[in-house]
Amino acid sequence: MKFENHQCSNGLTILGETNPEARAAAVGFFVRTGSRDETPEESGVSHFLEHMVFKGTRKRTADQVNKDFDRIGANYNAYTSEENTVFHASTLPEYHSQATDILADILHPALRAADFETEKKVIIEEIGMYEDNPGWKVFDHARKNFFADHPLGNSVLGSVSSIQNMRRDQMTAYFHRRYAPSNITVAAAGNFNWESFHKQVEKLCSGWKPGSTRRDQIRQTSGAAAFSLLKKESVKQQNLVLISPGPPAASPLRYAACLLSLVLGDGSGSRFFWTLVDNGLADSADCAFHEYEGTGAFYSSFSFEPANTQKILDIAMAQIRAVVEKGITDEELGQAKSKVLSRLVRGSEKTGNRLQDIGMSWVYLRKYISIDETIQNFDKVSQRQIQQVLERYPILHVTTTTLGPLGKLKAPVVANGKKTV
Amino acid sequence: MPETVFHQTFDNGLTLLGYPMPHLRSAAVNILVPAGCSRDPKGEEGMASILSDMITRGAGKRNNRELTLAMDAIGFDRACSPGPINMRVWGSSLARNLPQSMEFLADILLRPQLPKKELAAAKALALQEIQALEDDPKRKTLVELGKKHFPFPLGNDPRGTAEGIRAITSTSLERYWKDHFKPEGAILAVAGNLEWKVLRDQVEKLFGKWKGKKGPELKLQPAPGGVHHIPKETEQVQIGFAWPSVPPTHPEYFNAVGMVNVLSGGMSSRLFTEVREKRGLCYSVWASYKNVNNLGAITCYAGTTTDKAQETLDVLFDQLKKLEKGIKEEEVRRVKIGIKSSLLIQEESSSSRAGSIASDWYYYGRVRPLEEIQKAVDGLTTEKILKHAKKFPPKKITLVTLGARPLKPPV
Repeated sequence: MKFENHQCSNGLTILGETNPEARAAAVGFFVRTGSRDETPEESGVSHFLEHMVFKGTRKRTADQVNKDFDRIGANYNAYTSEENTVFHASTLPEYHSQATDILADILHPALRAADFETEKKVIIEEIGMYEDNPGWKVFDHARKNFFADHPLGNSVLGSVSSIQNMRRDQMTAYFHRRYAPSNITVAAAGNFNWESFHKQVEKLCSGWKPGSTRRDQIRQTSGAAAFSLLKKESVKQQNLVLISPGPPAASPLRYAACLLSLVLGDGSGSRFFWTLVDNGLADSADCAFHEYEGTGAFYSSFSFEPANTQKILDIAMAQIRAVVEKGITDEELGQAKSKVLSRLVRGSEKTGNRLQDIGMSWVYLRKYISIDETIQNFDKVSQRQIQQVLERYPILHVTTTTLGPLGKLKAPVVANGKKTV
Repeated sequence: MPETVFHQTFDNGLTLLGYPMPHLRSAAVNILVPAGCSRDPKGEEGMASILSDMITRGAGKRNNRELTLAMDAIGFDRACSPGPINMRVWGSSLARNLPQSMEFLADILLRPQLPKKELAAAKALALQEIQALEDDPKRKTLVELGKKHFPFPLGNDPRGTAEGIRAITSTSLERYWKDHFKPEGAILAVAGNLEWKVLRDQVEKLFGKWKGKKGPELKLQPAPGGVHHIPKETEQVQIGFAWPSVPPTHPEYFNAVGMVNVLSGGMSSRLFTEVREKRGLCYSVWASYKNVNNLGAITCYAGTTTDKAQETLDVLFDQLKKLEKGIKEEEVRRVKIGIKSSLLIQEESSSSRAGSIASDWYYYGRVRPLEEIQKAVDGLTTEKILKHAKKFPPKKITLVTLGARPLKPPV
């Protein structure tokens, strides 16, 4: 595999990792923007705009966009998170340049009024869909509770009223503010030709006007240590999410943090697994490390019989406390590394995954990390670094959110959040 | 790129398939044992699900904890779940750990400890899974649709029932395992960076002495069919319906797949365009070909807020009726390239390849080369799909809705 990159004069970055053995070729436009970059009045605009991007340009109607993608058998989609909006397509190698052509075109959408109103309805349906799903809903509340006044607590979907009240000119203004070429990374992975790819992108995107974007409040947070009990009687299982602070994406401790989350809450053989799942107390108990620009967080989530809530919360907190007080064993660290190694290698055998990895690594670190280097980075993690994560990030400073039929619960004792650097 | 799929059926009836992918560093295993939830004993519904949990709680000389630690130590990610016909056990790791993974799997399949003291935990988890389904309206609707549309026991929900789970004992579990975990008709598929001869010799050594015949033919009861509503105070109404189609081995199979893709392959397909793009009725709407054993069906799904639900259902049915009126060349061109490219792109990884060769062997008794599938897809024409749509129209529809209000089924 070979990596190349190129910066255009308007600030757009183009990169690619070629793999002639791959059956597919993937291309993606990574826009460094999301709900954290929204004002309260434009809540949900990043995600709404992501939908509108597929609604056509001056050259193409919405129907033509869909037809052009489908005509080349593209596997295409987009997603919006708190800080990234990503448009991507995987195709057979012979259609890579056509997919690139369509994506480059739709990144400057026409935002037609009729499409704007129809798509509002679709977004409101999407909000309704998540509203009916307690497992998702609890996450959204938990994030808001943890981040409090930090912009990473902003809702990605927005609310029914923020979407209903949104005007086209707000979206246009947001687009001009956020979609500057310097804020966009174009990446390709798999079986494609770098020379022709980067020349094509340069040609298609050289007319994009340069501009400057800025992101406010890139600050570390150890969270609000809030406690929230959301009672909904129609829900059968109790859902619980505990969020603890962690290192940001650019921290050298990110690898240690990821391994720590596996020791605590991987689906197999972790501390949560043995104390909560294996014995039948919780049908799920996981911990995942999420990294963001400027900060990070450990998300521990559980689903179980409502009557056991206090017990589950106590056990989960005791497990987190044990890690803080006594650390993890060498055996646990070794096992977490083996899992990561195996998952990284298998994941990298899918072209679409490589695209996401190289794109995200550039967005966050301005750096290419090959799969072998990623493996080495995990392999190098020492007990010392695990200790550093635990010393710098007070993971006992948890924000607790629970959703289900339960009416009463005692808030857990949380450590203070002052240790954060 | 010519592909080679090796196969060997051993004397005990177990078939081994090997698909070398020398450019990869991983290897994946996918095993089908004819012990799916259709075999759940009456009154003990959920038995296969309990077994799928219990067989990994200690096997061979290792207890639950030792086995889990040993598999985690080599990064062998695995799972086990019952389908209607087969219990599926699958896992993957780095290719260099394949031999050791095979040893774990042999222990799990042939020598599970089924520890009595852990049955209560497995049952508690299974009961929670049943309860959790109530919190997932979309899945709940599709599970109910399966139960109503397919003949019993093929439409069974692998989760079983709370009463069934509670009735299971260590003795009945052990008996069920002894009766159904048999090599005859079992398929062990491996894809990835492998040496066929080494694999074959190891599998012969590990599984050669496994003995036993598969269970008797299933006795099917007619499907209930009809219209069903599950009342629930939700934002959205869930709509799921199905009608009969051809089995995967039928000469018309690719025409059925082609027809479904005219309706629902890609964002320019008819359902997405008419229901979502033009009218904004839904976020999620789709149709897909589904089969349980040799029974094929076309399934449609949409989730939409209560006051738009009737219109959504009407528009969906209107689109189904319009199929017979004609299909454009342009649509068939799109369908062909769509099926071909997703076939090739999905087959990139060792785990998906292991899954599809096992499934091919189960349905066709051979692995269809990708070229053969491509050729069949290339042979699709507007005439063929249209003829198929007329021959297998949306009749005898089973409809399941879940939400605040029932809907009026279109005529």
